[in-house]
Amino acid sequence: MKKLTTLLAATALASVMGTAAWSKTLVYCSEGSPEGFDPGMYTAGTTFDASSRTVYNRLVEFKHGSTEIEPGLAESWTVSDDGTEYTFKLRPGVKFQTTEYFTPTREFNADDVIFSFERQYKEDNKWNKYVAGASWEYFAGMGFPELIKSIEKVDDLTVKFTLTRPEAPFIANLGMDFASILSKEYADKLEADGKMELMNQQPLGTGPYTFVAYQADAAIRYKANPDYWGGAQKIDDLVFAITTDAAVRAQKLKAGECHIMPYPNAADVAGLKEDPNLTVVEQEGLNVSYLAYNTLVAPFDKVEVRKALNMAVNKQAIVDAVFQGAATVAKNPIPPTMWSYNDAIEDDKYDPEAAKKMLDEAGVSGLKMKVWAMPVARPYMLNARRAAELIQADLAKVGVEVEIVSYEWAEYLKLSSDKDRDGAVILGWTGDNGDPDNFLDTLLGCDAVGGNNRAQWCNKEFDDLMTKAKTTADVAERTKYYEEAQVIFKKEAPWNTLDHSLVSIPMSKKVSGFVMDPLGIHRFDGVDIAE
Amino acid sequence: MLRFILGRLAVLIPTFIGVSIIAFSFIRLLPGDPVMLMSGERVMSPERHAELMNQLGLDRPMYIQYLDYLGGLVTGDFGSSIVTKRPVLDDFLQLFPATLELSLCAILVAVCLGIPAGVLAAVKRGSWLDQTVMGAALVGYSMPIFWWGLLLIIFFSGYLGWTPVSGRISLMYFFPQVTGFMLIDSLLSGQAGAFKSAVTYLILPTVVLATIPLAVIARQTRSAMLEVLGEDYVRTARSKGLAPLRVVGVHALRNAMIPVITTIGLQVGVLLAGAILTETIFSWPGIGKWMVDSVFKRDYAVVQGGLMLIAGVIMLVNLIVDLLYGFINPRIRH
Repeated sequence: MKKLTTLLAATALASVMGTAAWSKTLVYCSEGSPEGFDPGMYTAGTTFDASSRTVYNRLVEFKHGSTEIEPGLAESWTVSDDGTEYTFKLRPGVKFQTTEYFTPTREFNADDVIFSFERQYKEDNKWNKYVAGASWEYFAGMGFPELIKSIEKVDDLTVKFTLTRPEAPFIANLGMDFASILSKEYADKLEADGKMELMNQQPLGTGPYTFVAYQADAAIRYKANPDYWGGAQKIDDLVFAITTDAAVRAQKLKAGECHIMPYPNAADVAGLKEDPNLTVVEQEGLNVSYLAYNTLVAPFDKVEVRKALNMAVNKQAIVDAVFQGAATVAKNPIPPTMWSYNDAIEDDKYDPEAAKKMLDEAGVSGLKMKVWAMPVARPYMLNARRAAELIQADLAKVGVEVEIVSYEWAEYLKLSSDKDRDGAVILGWTGDNGDPDNFLDTLLGCDAVGGNNRAQWCNKEFDDLMTKAKTTADVAERTKYYEEAQVIFKKEAPWNTLDHSLVSIPMSKKVSGFVMDPLGIHRFDGVDIAE
Repeated sequence: MLRFILGRLAVLIPTFIGVSIIAFSFIRLLPGDPVMLMSGERVMSPERHAELMNQLGLDRPMYIQYLDYLGGLVTGDFGSSIVTKRPVLDDFLQLFPATLELSLCAILVAVCLGIPAGVLAAVKRGSWLDQTVMGAALVGYSMPIFWWGLLLIIFFSGYLGWTPVSGRISLMYFFPQVTGFMLIDSLLSGQAGAFKSAVTYLILPTVVLATIPLAVIARQTRSAMLEVLGEDYVRTARSKGLAPLRVVGVHALRNAMIPVITTIGLQVGVLLAGAILTETIFSWPGIGKWMVDSVFKRDYAVVQGGLMLIAGVIMLVNLIVDLLYGFINPRIRH
């Protein structure tokens, strides 16, 4: 640690600027290279950490460490009575960053907002295809092209979004990374210079850190934005040291070559906790892992059969074996940290005897089924093959013969959505925006059958609640609907909910002010480091 | 000699076409497509999928895609990455110097240690020295690179604290990339301590990457030397009363070098393959890591373009080896 601080004390800025400045530098051992720096075009958290959460802001922001929305570049907003018009009052006096490659001449205004959104769906917008193969996956995935009717500038500091239908999660969606606000003035300059592709390589926003340089696959450098509207940062420089291997990241942290690392190996966490110079903070991730039955195929179309299978699986054993305890057994399709989580619901009890009896009563004997195991580790499921083996052993005890199958990841995602899929599939979800709709309707709504709804489960009662919750802005009322929906879900058992994993972030004890984020974002505004 | 060179160059054309077909079809034979992976767990609608496939030109017949790609190669256009949207050639040129620097250092270490070790083992055949060298070579040859790299990091960086864990240079040094070779750029930067830092960061990855080629070169040198040492002309040289060092160093070694040079040439492929793992462990920003990431993301343009460029480098090295042959053994020219 000492080595790092001494080395960095004399640091980068001094060498870049040629002056003997002392600067405070925080090094974050990031897990991969960003795909680019224009957050609208990507879907990976690694890219967002390096672009949208450092360089950019959005109209609304997630409160640090929570999924609650707070004003960002919009100071306030109003919603029309019919829920289709959102009028945003923009924050005055917000400056875009000044960098070596661009000096802004004006402050943030409505033109920037309109530019940032229109480029993502208006095909005649020059920025819609400004690099070869540009596509706006999150914008499309969240249904924005059909949802947004128009975006108008009312005056310099007022913007009105008109929607085609009421959509309560709209505000939460605007806090997502793809909704980051870019500078239109900078875009115009790049366009005039014929260098539009630089928008994806040299980002410029209103966020807490100013981009300095990206050394491909090695490091990303930022410096604190002195003009940040949210206040000055406590550190001078921020460096992402790209280190793809988790074991190596842990070694770098121990050796003092970096201060914070994400995604440690579950097996390394205990060792990191023992290190006197380090601290490991943990939080339940905003995720869920599940085993989805195909409810369109017999005998899984029967609730009793699904319930019996759920009761036959010892989920605690899966959590212990796969996560070494760093997860909790899931009973609901949304994680406990999310608003509207219905804690009154009781999970299906692990009871192989009762399960066997239920299967007999349902007239099911000698059942053979497939269990699909994901070929990759995801935060919500570190080892699906191991989980599938445990499920296989448990189901064997109730007379069900399980064959484990797997496919290449892209193929797995595609084939698992098929309506006539043979077998139950292990998969999961990490929340995008902290809204229950993002789990319940996205994964279990009737519209998602043949898509994200891997159980192919369409329940009218459940779906009606989703629609009601979507079209009302009152959170208390929405909570009621979602709680009720979870009761229906539990009764109908389209999934066996497996786990919510715990996210750990090991860091140096010198770091202060780093807040874990339920959305899995890594934010560095407000972070400090003791010298 | 000119005819010899032209002959060798002519052979490169069918090789180039063959490699282009393999590079093109290899990534497409894998299940899954890049568009499917763009949206992660969130399922893309079939319409959106079709639209993107069309936008990327991936819905056209295979032969058209191939001809398009071949046409691009001929004009030096390797396409743009589907993921990062950056031109493949730009990324390659930016990352390749890092791989080249590491590979050159590794091959230098492997040659400088492997040849003397092999010669020594051959001269002292059957002795404890021979057995130790060959035993070590066998261990080195069988070493799982990933495990070996982590072991060295834990011991030298973690336990002893002698070397840095990973990266190319300390983060305190920051200067523009001029040649892409950190050893040279650090000198050019004029920043005190930068060169030393670059050297310390290079040590462990070089050792790891050199391990297998070192073992192979040592074994090859030993067996080639043993063969040559039994030849009549060596016996004659010895009986003429020449100094043993001269017999081994001049008469035997020069003739033993031909198969060894072939081996060294072949090690270039091994080095580039080894670089994939070494670069991943040591967070070394080279093409190995770049290619692996691209295979996982089914980034067709990068995989096929990257493979072509790597194959080009290997072909070039083999050409140089062939020419070196001709230089060492003039009979081959004819």
